[in-house]
Amino acid sequence: MWAELRELRDGIDTGTPPRDGPNVTLTVDGVEVSVPAGTSIMLAAAKAGRSVPKLCATDMLEAFGSCRVCLVEIEGRSGFPASCTSLVADSMVVRTQSDDLQRLRKGVIELYLSDFPSGDIPGGWSEFHTVLDQVGVKTHPYAPIDNHMDAPIDSSNPYFLFDPAKCIVCSRCVRACADIQGTFALTIDGRGFRSKVAAGMDETFFESPCVSCGACVQTCPTQALIEKSLFVGGYSRG
Amino acid sequence: MANPIKPDNSVVTTCAYCGVGCGFKAETYEGRVVRMIPWKEGKANHGHSCIKGRFAFDYYISPERVLTPLIRTTIDEPWRSVGWPEAIEYAAKGLRRVQEKFGRTSVGAVSSSRCTNEEIFLTQKFARAVLGNNNIDNCARICHSPTQFGLSATVGWGAASQHFDSILQADVIMVVGANPTEGHPVFGSLMKRRIRQGAKLIVLDPRQTESVKSPHLKADVHLPLRPGTNVAVLDSISHVVVRENLYAEDFIRARCEWHEFENWAALVGSDQYAPEVIGPLAGIDPQDIRKAARLYAGGPNSAIYYGLGVTEHSQGSTGVMCLGNLALACGMLGREGVGVNPLRGQGNVQGGSCLGSWPHVFSGYRFVTDDAVRASFEKDWGVTLDSEPGLRLPNMFDAALTGHFRGMYIMGEDPVQSDPNQNHIVEAMRRMEFVILHDLFLNETSKYAHVFLPGSSSLEKDGTFTSAERRVNRVRKVVEPMAGYQDWEIVVMLMNAMGYPAEYSNAGEILDEIARLSPAYQGLSFALLDRVGSAQWPCNESAPEGTEVLHTKSFPRANGRGTFMLTEYVPTAERTSDRFPLLLTTGRILTQYNVGTQTRRTPNTRWHSEDRLEISREDAEARGIRDGEWVQLTSRFGTTKLRAQFSTRVNAGVVYTTFHHAKSRVNRVTSDLSDWATNCPEYKVTAVEVTRVEQASETATAKRKKQKALEMA
Amino acid sequence: MSARIFISRDSGALCVGADEVAQALRKAFEKRSLKVEIVRTGSRGLYWLEPLVEVATDKGRAGYGPVNVSDVEALLDAGMLEGKKHELGIGLVENHPWLKSQTRLTFKNCGIIDPRSLEDYKAHGGYKGLEKALAVGPKAIVEEVISSGLRGRGGAGFPTGIKWRTVAETPPQQKYIVCNADEGDSGTFADRMIMEGDPFVLIEGMTIAGIAVGATFGYVYIRAEYPDAIEAMEIAIHDARKGGVLGRGMAGSSFDFDMEVRAGAGAYVCGEETSMLESLEGKRGEVRAKPPLPAHVGLFGKPTVINNVLSLASVPIIMERGGGFYRDFGMGKSRGTMPIQLAGNIKHGGLYETAFGITLGELVDEIGGGTRSGRPVRAAQVGGPLGAYFPRELFDTPFDYEAFAARNGLIGHGGIVVFDDTVDMAKQARFAMEFCAIESCGKCTPCRIGSVRGVELMDKIMAGEDRSENLIVLENLCNTMKFGSLCALGGFAPYPVMSALTHFPEDFGTERKRL
Repeated sequence: MWAELRELRDGIDTGTPPRDGPNVTLTVDGVEVSVPAGTSIMLAAAKAGRSVPKLCATDMLEAFGSCRVCLVEIEGRSGFPASCTSLVADSMVVRTQSDDLQRLRKGVIELYLSDFPSGDIPGGWSEFHTVLDQVGVKTHPYAPIDNHMDAPIDSSNPYFLFDPAKCIVCSRCVRACADIQGTFALTIDGRGFRSKVAAGMDETFFESPCVSCGACVQTCPTQALIEKSLFVGGYSRG
Repeated sequence: MANPIKPDNSVVTTCAYCGVGCGFKAETYEGRVVRMIPWKEGKANHGHSCIKGRFAFDYYISPERVLTPLIRTTIDEPWRSVGWPEAIEYAAKGLRRVQEKFGRTSVGAVSSSRCTNEEIFLTQKFARAVLGNNNIDNCARICHSPTQFGLSATVGWGAASQHFDSILQADVIMVVGANPTEGHPVFGSLMKRRIRQGAKLIVLDPRQTESVKSPHLKADVHLPLRPGTNVAVLDSISHVVVRENLYAEDFIRARCEWHEFENWAALVGSDQYAPEVIGPLAGIDPQDIRKAARLYAGGPNSAIYYGLGVTEHSQGSTGVMCLGNLALACGMLGREGVGVNPLRGQGNVQGGSCLGSWPHVFSGYRFVTDDAVRASFEKDWGVTLDSEPGLRLPNMFDAALTGHFRGMYIMGEDPVQSDPNQNHIVEAMRRMEFVILHDLFLNETSKYAHVFLPGSSSLEKDGTFTSAERRVNRVRKVVEPMAGYQDWEIVVMLMNAMGYPAEYSNAGEILDEIARLSPAYQGLSFALLDRVGSAQWPCNESAPEGTEVLHTKSFPRANGRGTFMLTEYVPTAERTSDRFPLLLTTGRILTQYNVGTQTRRTPNTRWHSEDRLEISREDAEARGIRDGEWVQLTSRFGTTKLRAQFSTRVNAGVVYTTFHHAKSRVNRVTSDLSDWATNCPEYKVTAVEVTRVEQASETATAKRKKQKALEMA
Repeated sequence: MSARIFISRDSGALCVGADEVAQALRKAFEKRSLKVEIVRTGSRGLYWLEPLVEVATDKGRAGYGPVNVSDVEALLDAGMLEGKKHELGIGLVENHPWLKSQTRLTFKNCGIIDPRSLEDYKAHGGYKGLEKALAVGPKAIVEEVISSGLRGRGGAGFPTGIKWRTVAETPPQQKYIVCNADEGDSGTFADRMIMEGDPFVLIEGMTIAGIAVGATFGYVYIRAEYPDAIEAMEIAIHDARKGGVLGRGMAGSSFDFDMEVRAGAGAYVCGEETSMLESLEGKRGEVRAKPPLPAHVGLFGKPTVINNVLSLASVPIIMERGGGFYRDFGMGKSRGTMPIQLAGNIKHGGLYETAFGITLGELVDEIGGGTRSGRPVRAAQVGGPLGAYFPRELFDTPFDYEAFAARNGLIGHGGIVVFDDTVDMAKQARFAMEFCAIESCGKCTPCRIGSVRGVELMDKIMAGEDRSENLIVLENLCNTMKFGSLCALGGFAPYPVMSALTHFPEDFGTERKRL
């Protein structure tokens, strides 16, 4: 495993951790690429220069498969598998773009946007904003009634805050606290739409077993978890 | 404003806190550091961090930062703010005056493990080439000097044999006297990851630390030994290895001397070290000793990680030797996944050790008495050098009390707070003629200084750090030095003012000089580090990009083989008695760093605003102490007040506290005993008593003040 | 004189007073000084006749039902204990046309034997399958199951034998058999009936599975809402251990197999196999991404066979009579028998086990007898709350996995819920989304957020707000959920919605259907 950790590169996120092992050759959007067996299609696509948009995937954590943005088409297989959890195979032919895929990605992003503070869309620079640009969707067709816009902000930690209104429940923070830091301070509490990130026994971050290592802040794609030092004059919702 | 500001610049540098040496990208916005992002390509941290490096950086702009040089004639006078030229001249003249009056060896220097390799090297050069003596020491004295001694004796070099990632190949992990999840958090996380994958864990620690039990982590064997019984227990583990034939005979015959092994085996294999004898002595179950031994010897890859719980004892060096012996006996050296690894605490204490910031060796642990070595330094530096070993730091204080030692240049250290037996040190400091303190903030030691030279934090300078895994990392300047100069520039100014022509156009040239004069650092340069990111020493022709695992082919001893040192258990002179029936042991927690110079000036204090005395319910109730009450902690050396905290982490008979806050004055209580070989203080064992007090000392003062005010009305 | 009568202990029967009837009969026997043994059995599955009282006669078991406490005296007076005629009498139960027309392979003992008696099970041919399995060995067992054509009866329809082979081929290590008894689909009760009425057939099936793949331990994950089934299984497991057919070296063999019951906690999604594994491991019931398959990385990371109750309960007879025997029943790629559960607004609701191929119409009209209300049947939902609504026009669809799929429906676990013409299909479509929203684990976006938006859209459509625009948004949403969801909860929620829209568009118009 330690050989894989060393493959990580600053400024590049291949979506899933690199693997070690004998190579496998496949084609992504017509581009041939070779990666070790056990690698995800997402990483192979990134290596081939055909990156797939992603939200819940990061190369510092094992794939999770919850955001459903990274769907691709595989020749000979029905459906639209997630490229982060699907593994490469020899001679596989993958398509990262198509009308169907664009329709699906648009559908997923619209659902996210229907529960996100609209005032925070323009001018943002988080991973989420990058995906909005990649997919080309900034609005949604819903007139949402149920939402999380009034969820209270947790500002208890002196260094970072958590704004649940921006949370997309991708669980990257939970996974980082478990697999990278090993403190297991975070979990998802509740079910379905009521799912929310909870620290400790649903306490504030400060009161919980959180050791303030910042792994969750670093990995949050929407900046729902964010350093207070990046806000001059305090934080307010858009 | 709903959107966060976007940093406009970032510099890759290294965290200045602990010995893990995490790589960070310091991000700035309009010239101010706003964020530290862990660097994914940092070979120690791979994109992870802890609260200190990640968030606690604002101390660098604390309003308490001293930004102009300060001088005064006597320590009872207030400080006077002056310009740099005046302060440097005053400092230079002061030291020379003391030397003229009291002798060449009446002055000395102490370098800082919080400073870069370049700065440490210059400081020992300052002592040797400018002051003309070998009175140079560093804070490793009070933490890992026994590592130096003990590991050099057994395997040849006093440094970690592996790189951190090696733990991912370990099957059995043995942690002795260390608490990685709090002291080396990023390494602790890596260790926990490996254990979740299935590696086994053995912990030797009087306390039930987080490394013993926490979510998804449970030690397979925990030996909660009584403070002071390390050597006995380690010898007992070795006893089992010998008597149950668990040793690696092939390895020993190939890599050591068989007769040396036999000598050692005869000692530890004798009945006095049987688990049935040592178990009761140390307060642990003999079966657990056997279990630990069998687990460790069974491997296939067993790795030892140890800390100050081994070294800060009167048999500290012996304890380290026990670990070396055990690893050699079981063949756990020379490949991935094994090793003996001291968890060096400070960001650059390994550097301090490597670069000769010691009274008896030059860089590379080569003796000052060695004529050939000394000659090479004399040639490069252009002066004659003293061939007599100098004073160690504790000896400097002793000599001050007898009048022989009168002047000091202290860089980035606060001995009055961090060294043991505080009353003794304060006495010594009062006897000094001239003290220069070079630091960021005024501290306990500055109360006794005559010159204060305001230094630069690691965000404000260029250089390198050497981490606990021998990794030389680049420290890069992110912002301009707040007080005007990088630390190394200040030492150069002082050298010049004292008549030694030193000139370096950048810190890289100092590293080049280090490379010239230290075999292990021979291949290092800023250019190499810019290219490969970091490199572990030895870095030379046979290992141009550094060495990950040591001892793969031979041990760096005269005959190339490892040896077994005889490690007889000698109980510490520090004994409990009717008057002092409890044993105090000290340690650290996650959010504060050592004496808290930096972390106390950040919001980290919200987690740990005071040092507490952890006491078992049994001991507390026997003394009528309630949870949270103020108590008096007394030893035969001194006394202080702390708030008690009931804890299940300590067994009856043991109390524990941290030393992060000056007002706790914990080191008033710690003993003056130290390691027989290196004088590393025995912080970990002090006989104490704990009693209730009626009210806090502050309240008593307030009461008196109020009384006075009323009388005056 | 000594007589034997049989009353069901099945919770369906308990709901309509079986315990009270048994109690009343016991009192009556006492009063009349009659020595009568009351045996509590499972249910025969003819629920409109429960509480059903059966009397052992030399011609067979005579049935009387549905019996109320107030009927007890009259029945005894009329000579029930001799099988004499009475208006509640149904004659010999075995000859009842509803039962006689079935092919009961899986349910062959259910309602007949005492579920708390290992001896009774063995006396009725129990453990013959295990005997055969031990004789032929693991590899042959797998081949037999493959040849039977048995497909997962939980709903996925994956060939059971292939799944077993995958696990059998993993390297030797700790492996598990997990029985999915979460049975959350509306209108289903077959799993419950087996656990309460014939638990040993499930235990035997799991044991055979363990031998086949090299698993030494099994778990039965029973939904918390089945307390009687939980109790029945625990008693049966205890008895099986005592009887030496569970445990180390069970049944005198060199194999070890043991098992235990674990209860769920009220989540439909935990019927999804990976979510169930998470729940068994004590974690949140969140769906796991596949790959890896549970056959390779399953419970506690070990290779695991996960099968539905009915799949496992069909294994003993497959081993005893041979795979070919089972395969002989059915059609196309749907081999063997399906225990179909008839429920909802239906006259004759209950358990109907028969070979694949029977049409939906035959099941609803002839066997089910149409609606209980007497009104015309308007729709039947097959396969649970996420199954499609079929109108009468599609009632010629044969019960076959592929035939249903071809018409955008699914067989699922075999439950059929019947609706009469008072049903509002728009409300049903809304319910599908609401059900998904309530039961969603919350991990993936299309289901977590999509289901909530689906309910909101349905409300607007039903209220006539921007109907045509919202219908288009709903269609797109259904596409996103169908192809984007992580599991079948979000993935199939569009089926009932789209089938309602397709087959019953009039209910989505601005005018509501009035009666």
